[in-house]
Amino acid sequence: MGKRVGIIGVGQTHHAAKRLDASGTELIAEAVSRALDDAQLTIKDIDAIVVGNMDHFENINYVDMWAVDGLGACMKPVFKVTTGGTTGTTVGACGYYHVASGLFDVVMAVGWEKNSESDTQAAISTCANPTLERDPFAGAIGPLATEYSMYMKAFGATEEDAAMVAARDRNNALRNPYAHSRQEVTVEDVLNSPMLSYPIKFLDMCPRSDGSCAVIFACEEKAKKLCPRPAWVHASVVRHDYTHFGDLEWKFMPTLERASAAAYKLAGITNPLKEFDVAELYLPASTCGVKWMDSLWFCEHGGAPALIRKGTFEMDGELPINPSGGVISTNPIGATALIRIGEGAWQIMGRAGERQVEGAKKALCTGFGGCSWSDVMILGADLP
Amino acid sequence: MSDWKNDVEIMVHEGKISVPYSWTVGSTLSRFYCELRDNGKIWANRCPKCGTTFVPPKIKCINCYEEPHDWVELPGTGTVETYTVVRYEEPSMHPRKAPFVYGVIKMDGADTGMVHFIDEVAPEDVKVGMRVEAVLEDEREGNILDIKHFRPIG
Repeated sequence: MGKRVGIIGVGQTHHAAKRLDASGTELIAEAVSRALDDAQLTIKDIDAIVVGNMDHFENINYVDMWAVDGLGACMKPVFKVTTGGTTGTTVGACGYYHVASGLFDVVMAVGWEKNSESDTQAAISTCANPTLERDPFAGAIGPLATEYSMYMKAFGATEEDAAMVAARDRNNALRNPYAHSRQEVTVEDVLNSPMLSYPIKFLDMCPRSDGSCAVIFACEEKAKKLCPRPAWVHASVVRHDYTHFGDLEWKFMPTLERASAAAYKLAGITNPLKEFDVAELYLPASTCGVKWMDSLWFCEHGGAPALIRKGTFEMDGELPINPSGGVISTNPIGATALIRIGEGAWQIMGRAGERQVEGAKKALCTGFGGCSWSDVMILGADLP
Repeated sequence: MSDWKNDVEIMVHEGKISVPYSWTVGSTLSRFYCELRDNGKIWANRCPKCGTTFVPPKIKCINCYEEPHDWVELPGTGTVETYTVVRYEEPSMHPRKAPFVYGVIKMDGADTGMVHFIDEVAPEDVKVGMRVEAVLEDEREGNILDIKHFRPIG
């Protein structure tokens, strides 16, 4: 085990479909400045910076070079990491590893994306094997649609189950001033929205956003000194399994099962549904908000629809999921998973504003990327 | 063992995806380019804390992380700090025929250098320390090539 690490500050931009007022560097500067303010630090207090975004998305690849002014990284150690959709949780994990190693005291993780500048679907398709799968299968929507089709057939889940998740997340976003898409929707609205790729409809799917997020990790001594209620990192686990799409297990999410099981063991969690107070999950489509609940050990395989139908994951339910509105409300991809960590940390720190889950002491945060990778971070109010 | 490798026809597949891009210039550089396009002026910005003056302008001071919100007009003159004579052509990157000269020009009134072409002088006559001035296009579009190049003063 590494040394104890606490999150002491979080900043994010006001996310939007197109932030014409801000370049990528200006988005980064907005998030970094807000994180420093949140932690009441100056850039001089930051010992190292980890930054990441999606490969191929902005056609300018060395963010660790050209955004140094926005990052405040001049003459500091800077590390760029990029792992597809999980980039945000990976920069978070990397920030955590830096401090947990004992080599750095205060480290800032930054994720960002200017999705408005590129063709997201074309860029994301470059993740697929170019000589096998790019033509017949690649893209962000189709693979998620096929996995939910299989889950529906295997366990009797419905399009309405997914629509309930979509309505939950989208209505939660109404209480989040940073969210990109803030619209009141009903389950019927979701079911009646245009079909993208069966069974995923327009309101089931995440948007593409411009935005950035920064999270500051500190060693135990500094966290206690600088922050009245740090969000302590209880576990950080990453699992990858991709070779080809056809190799994947589609009825459940093996990487999420393995990553969460390992993280729960580290954090001493035996009954996740009861022990977590809040979860900020990277659910790129509402269908994942059904199927992947099985893989977080909230129930047996196939048990998720019953939990969703009785409101388990609503704001007033047993375990509120995505008080922020989640990924289907806000999706600056390189920042998306880091926003999960930042929102989870704010819940523990009591700084989540109107979307605060009262007295939240333990938060589950996840990232999803590639096909199909999972990152899990567990945050708590108590020392790990 | 791997005898089949001697006989296999090796294939190469061509890519088909074209990914178009556009870049949001941002508030800071948009101001720089608007001044250049509309008024033919080169502007820098200065950190209110440490006084460092940046051209092209920066989002944040690299020393202090302050917003360098003091804007200053530069005279458009400077000194060649270093340069090279380019003797190959890459038309997709550089809109000039070889031989051409580019280098770093330390701008009067600023603490940083600008990279640009140096022209209206024979390549062999360019010298480090040479005083130069910016030559602007008559029809300007709001990009870095609104500055045609720098040329020797006098």
